[in-house]
Amino acid sequence: VTALQVVCLLAVAVAGTATVFTRDPLRQAVSSGVLGLSLAVLFLAFGAPDVALSQIVVAGVAVPVMVLLALAKIRTDERRREE
Amino acid sequence: VTRRARLVLVAGSLAALGALLVWAVGGLPDFGHPRGPYADLAPMIMLDERHVANAVTGVTFDLRGFDTLGEELILFTAACGCVALLRLRRRERGSDVPAHERPLPSFAARAVGGALVGPVLVLAAYVVIHGHLTPGGGFSGGVIGAGALVLAYAAGQRVRLRRVGSIAMLETAEAIGAGGFAALALGGLLAVGATMQNFLPLGTSGMLLSAGTIPVGNLAIGIEVAGAVALIVAEFLEQALLEEPS
Repeated sequence: VTALQVVCLLAVAVAGTATVFTRDPLRQAVSSGVLGLSLAVLFLAFGAPDVALSQIVVAGVAVPVMVLLALAKIRTDERRREE
Repeated sequence: VTRRARLVLVAGSLAALGALLVWAVGGLPDFGHPRGPYADLAPMIMLDERHVANAVTGVTFDLRGFDTLGEELILFTAACGCVALLRLRRRERGSDVPAHERPLPSFAARAVGGALVGPVLVLAAYVVIHGHLTPGGGFSGGVIGAGALVLAYAAGQRVRLRRVGSIAMLETAEAIGAGGFAALALGGLLAVGATMQNFLPLGTSGMLLSAGTIPVGNLAIGIEVAGAVALIVAEFLEQALLEEPS
């Protein structure tokens, strides 16, 4: 295990813990994206660039976009109910 | 349940789970020394018999291409279900706010988003086309391509997807991609008598046109994934923004 791999593992642990302790879903979408990207760097450091690329597109693009859109949808519904 | 009882329960389960994890990790083979011959043989076989430089793509699009066929159909079905659900709800609604009445995003979002749409599309095409040579392939490239739509949206290009027929185009791309990969699987059956068999000329390893059906399958999956993800995002966008106050 190299120093880079240790740093990556620590970054994943910190980002994962931060995601769990983030309570606001909007902020959680961002912190989970950071967790996903640190996981991608981890995969790259362990010699799996293909997995890292899939991880980047899923955690950095697909999941945050879906969460944000779902949140926007829920908020529009709530606003309409209040009117 | 009281707070104290909950804490005891959580601490107990976490300790048990942690112990199991440590036990399991202790029994793993050393990093880089997997058990069994498969990990060492697969890259060699893929290079020798299929002339594909990226062994991972070789395995997913040839050796285990049948798995990929199932997986792409899962994504296809998921996108269809998503679209069917969201579209039904859209019809129940009233009229939407015209694009020009909506507030524009910030200058930073417009500048960064607008500047990145083109390069991201090129990157997506590169990742898909070079899937058999370098890390990446149809899936990653497809999602990157769909990301260009998100960027265009962030840049304030609120294209009225339904009016310009883009939704129909995305649906067509998804269907052509999914059907194309299935046709490739059938092509092997017709040409050489086995489903998913590589039936195109293999060429020289490392060249753009090599590895037979693998780059063709990559292209089909890339088109399908880009279409499916962009379709889901577009339907969500229409849903989420229908009744946004102007």
